[in-house]
Amino acid sequence: MSYLDKSALRLVGTRPIRPDGVDKVTGRANFGADMTMPGMLWGKIKRSPHAHARIVSINFDKALALPGVKAVVSRADFTDVPPEKAHIGAAPHNLRDLSLNCMAKGKVLYEGHAVAAVAATSPSIAEQALDLIEVAYEVLPHVMDVEAAMAPDAPLLHDTVFTAGVEPKPTKPSNVTKMVRFAKGDVEAGFKAADIVIERRYTTKPVHQAYIEPHACLVSVAADGQCTIFSSSQGQFMVRAYTSRICGADIASIRAIPAEIGGGFGGKTIIYLEPVAYMLSKKSGRPVKIVMSREEVFRATGPTSGAVVEVKLGAKKDGHITAARTVLKYQAGAFPGSPVQQGCICSLAVYDLPNAETIGYDVLCNRAKVAAYRAPGAPIGSFAVESCVDELARELRIDPLKLREINGANEGTKAVHGPTWVNIGYQKTIDAAKASEHLKTPLGPNQGRGIASGYWHNAGGESSAACHVNEDGTVTVTEGHPDIGGSRASMALMVAEVLGVPFESVRPVVGDTTAIGFSASTGGSRVTFAGGMAVTQAAEKAVAELKKRAAVIWDISPEAVEWKDGKAYPAGPNAGSFEPLSLAEIAGKAARTGGPISAEVQINAQGQGPGFTTHICDVEVDRETGSVKILRYTAIQDVGRAIHPSYVEGQMQGGVAQGIGWALNEEYVYDKDGRLENPGFLDYRVPVASDMPMIDTIMIEVPNPRHPFGARGVGEVPIVPPMAAVANAIADATGIRMRDLPMSPPRLLAALDAEQPRLAAE
Amino acid sequence: MPRVSYTAPTTIDDAVKALAASAGLAKVLSGGTDLLVQMKSGRTRPELIVDMKKLPGLVGIREEGDQIVIGGATPGVMISADEMLTRAYPGIVEGVDLIGSTQIQGRASIAGNLCNGSPAADSVPPVIAARATAVVAGPNGRREVPVESIVTGPGQTSLQKGEFVVEFRVPKPKPRQSDAYLRFIPRTEMDIAVVGCAVNVTLDASGTCTDARVVLGAVAPTQVIVGEAAQALIGHKLDEDTLKRLDAAARAACRPITDKRGTIEYRIKVAGVLARRAAAIAFERAAARA
Amino acid sequence: MSKQHVSTVINGEPMEFLCEAQQTLLDCLRDELHLTGSKEGCGSGDCGACSVILDGKLVCSCLMLGVEAEGHTITTVEGIAEGDKLHPVQQKFLEHAALQCGFCTPGFIVAAKALLDENKNPTEEETRYWLAGNLCRCTGYDKIVRAVLDAAAVMRGENPPSPAT
Repeated sequence: MSYLDKSALRLVGTRPIRPDGVDKVTGRANFGADMTMPGMLWGKIKRSPHAHARIVSINFDKALALPGVKAVVSRADFTDVPPEKAHIGAAPHNLRDLSLNCMAKGKVLYEGHAVAAVAATSPSIAEQALDLIEVAYEVLPHVMDVEAAMAPDAPLLHDTVFTAGVEPKPTKPSNVTKMVRFAKGDVEAGFKAADIVIERRYTTKPVHQAYIEPHACLVSVAADGQCTIFSSSQGQFMVRAYTSRICGADIASIRAIPAEIGGGFGGKTIIYLEPVAYMLSKKSGRPVKIVMSREEVFRATGPTSGAVVEVKLGAKKDGHITAARTVLKYQAGAFPGSPVQQGCICSLAVYDLPNAETIGYDVLCNRAKVAAYRAPGAPIGSFAVESCVDELARELRIDPLKLREINGANEGTKAVHGPTWVNIGYQKTIDAAKASEHLKTPLGPNQGRGIASGYWHNAGGESSAACHVNEDGTVTVTEGHPDIGGSRASMALMVAEVLGVPFESVRPVVGDTTAIGFSASTGGSRVTFAGGMAVTQAAEKAVAELKKRAAVIWDISPEAVEWKDGKAYPAGPNAGSFEPLSLAEIAGKAARTGGPISAEVQINAQGQGPGFTTHICDVEVDRETGSVKILRYTAIQDVGRAIHPSYVEGQMQGGVAQGIGWALNEEYVYDKDGRLENPGFLDYRVPVASDMPMIDTIMIEVPNPRHPFGARGVGEVPIVPPMAAVANAIADATGIRMRDLPMSPPRLLAALDAEQPRLAAE
Repeated sequence: MPRVSYTAPTTIDDAVKALAASAGLAKVLSGGTDLLVQMKSGRTRPELIVDMKKLPGLVGIREEGDQIVIGGATPGVMISADEMLTRAYPGIVEGVDLIGSTQIQGRASIAGNLCNGSPAADSVPPVIAARATAVVAGPNGRREVPVESIVTGPGQTSLQKGEFVVEFRVPKPKPRQSDAYLRFIPRTEMDIAVVGCAVNVTLDASGTCTDARVVLGAVAPTQVIVGEAAQALIGHKLDEDTLKRLDAAARAACRPITDKRGTIEYRIKVAGVLARRAAAIAFERAAARA
Repeated sequence: MSKQHVSTVINGEPMEFLCEAQQTLLDCLRDELHLTGSKEGCGSGDCGACSVILDGKLVCSCLMLGVEAEGHTITTVEGIAEGDKLHPVQQKFLEHAALQCGFCTPGFIVAAKALLDENKNPTEEETRYWLAGNLCRCTGYDKIVRAVLDAAAVMRGENPPSPAT
């Protein structure tokens, strides 16, 4: 069935209170560190103080002699994951690498890399034991900067990595793990045909997802190998699969229970602690709880890439872009896998380009392995492209919004990476920006306005859902996606809409790995899309079953039963004159009409709609200090259908705030030995409440017809434009073009004082 | 955190004895907002913590003759709420108020802020600019010293084993005397000062400065009393010329470092900017205190 | 090393616990008293997720030793509601969708209650500066600030319209 007609919707699109809300505002909700088990031990992890070093020896004697220490673990307790088993199901990560990331083998590759672990009867004894574990290292030269790591004589992280995607195949190992390339048309001809060509270089620093909840888990392995894991993650099935593969256990032996999760943004789509806790629990025979400190989170879990992006744009005087070439170099960290490919694709996807080429390099360096961070890869690439488009607009003396309108993707545009767009709302975001009250508001001295656009493809994938009609007519919906942003409320809305019952009578539950079928992780902005599709289908199957039961009760054919407003009706006068039956009335008779009323669905959702957005940012610059104040911000996004508008707005506002932090003050600061100097919230500067204005959101709904309610993923695309929006606003306010992130006060003041190249308009 | 012993004495003598007699490192606990952070990071590993908060006179603000007395362990919220102190020394109060978040304000104290020895401490420049003294208790009895003599380097104080700051004494301000404190941070809150500047001025009826103290923070190993900056102000009104000379004097007094919070060039430049801005506020406040 | 005995009043109830001197109040609340509503986000007083009210003052419980709580009165997030009656701040957080993952929420609820106990009519700016010690990574603070301002209005006897439908 299709529920694309908004006017026919009763519940979807309203703003009820989320079903897990009271627990969250009263402190009752259980997050990863909140559970205990009888006999529980506390685990702590010993980490490398060096950015690159050979592990010479590890001695546990003194630690084991400390009363209260019950187990120690090192690489010796883990078996390598063989290359042919490096992938599991459709999960994206290389588990051979992840195993080595969870516990170093032979070499440590970044400061913070785990080398050993201990479990003890109290946190303070575990801490003391860590100090007693003696590790000898042979320090090796390290490399951090992405271009330094690409140099032929750079210190090599892995001598088994040869650059993929390059012909002829290289014979020497390299820190460049792969090169990717996408192209359309003839770029050289396009540049020749241009009236104006500009070439610019942009850089970004590594930034962290900075979720407020550190990683935490509680793992209990019994003597027969049956295991229970309680942890916060973006996917309990991922936790189960990855732990099984890294620890050499059957998947069925592990029950992974999803705790409430205190933020992830992609950073919790992999695991760091569970395999270590598993081994400690196995060896000690007791449950083991490990909670990361904030310092460990910053040092040892994946920030996103720092990068260099070069952009070359050619255009006619009338504003039509004739050619675009981008080269992206992204840090991968200690193991391959930066999101450079997404960076290449997404930054150009906003435009209709006749000729384009984008090349990306994935580069190893001695810092923590990169983890996904909200629209991974796209914000970096778009910072560069959206800034360069702005520079182009100023050179051409064309309004930046108009330039995007001229060159923006439309229905039928073929993107550089291949797909042809249908049902997209990009031009509508431009129209809404043009019509916005924000754009009409005049600016004062030292104030400027910046525009930037963004794209994210969003994901589909595997989801399972079950819909159970309980004996009293209330409904339980079980699905498999950790709720990081309020998705449970949307699931309940969709199910209640389909069933025609009050929102409050549907209870959504995030089931553990034994309670529901396989579901891919929460990420890629896929839960409302794919999970929503699954719960909708499950609810529809339940309706079909309810109609069948009504037919049995009335002794008529099921085809003669209609479902409307939460009740079964005879379909027309010929079917019979029966009083309508509610869920409660049908469910009360379930045993007599065939048994329990449940419907389960397993899908691999296809047809996810991409997300497009345009942002407007006003800043005020203090020219004497380089301080930037965000005065006003409007995010305009094609959201498909806002199932629960408050949570869609929330995703937009949260992405904007992260992008502003990335633009202005967030960065990893390393010393000359490759050690992180700012592993805490004091000097890793995320925006605080007084840094931000209200964030205005305009939701445009171009429904995605491949989803029953028209939903598109909304969570990631809002982080894509803010860095460029802020940079463009600073350029508008001061004439200074900042091409290196973050645009912190010392950097901006230095640029103001040095009077960097003025804008063409000046 | 590593294991530690804790005691909360109820007399100054007992506190002195506990600190002096400790075989290993003993640390004073006031608000705890620096000490606990440093214990957790491993920067300090005391064997004994001596809690000041039960000592008489350590928490509270009172007037005594021509002085205002602020107990060393008085938390920021109590200082900000004190109307008498806020009227007399708005610069001291705003310096204290800038230390950390509302939560930190619930605990942090001037003595703690001072004795932590950070060059970037927010309460210290205005307290020094007010010519405050610190009353120190120790095994040899009490002594009263200028506040600027306490901090000798980053993380270092002139306090001997067994000594701690009991209270601060500031002279009641004269007519047409007031102060101001400004700091620069990259965000709007929650950062350690990249530069801090306190200005305390006394004006005559015509608005001409007759006395001044300008103190910079975070631009040298300790707070800097900028004599040349005071000279730039004394005998002058705050006109363009005075502001230029004040800016230059402030910049010239800086001996900053480049670190994760700011560069040398940046700190020097901003020291001049803040000196000008803080002076403007101090002059305005002083003129209003006829 | 023997443990110290601490007597305190938490959420209106006399409570006692044993702890080592170096355990923070947050450790004691969570691990000794099983009041896990207060969260550790950073352990260094920079994120506010551990916020409690001590003798009427908003503080970070991660920066206090458990032994310092002796003789004092503490309110945690678990003590903000009265039975099943939510405090207006809690109710408005729900109506405004001022939480996404909910991890920072206990700290914000406590901090906001402390604000409104002291200032019945805060401006947006005052609210933002008061709450600057509470980090949120999910919401961008917009709906949080709106919820707090609305709760203040409710507590002043006004009746702002609810966004929840």
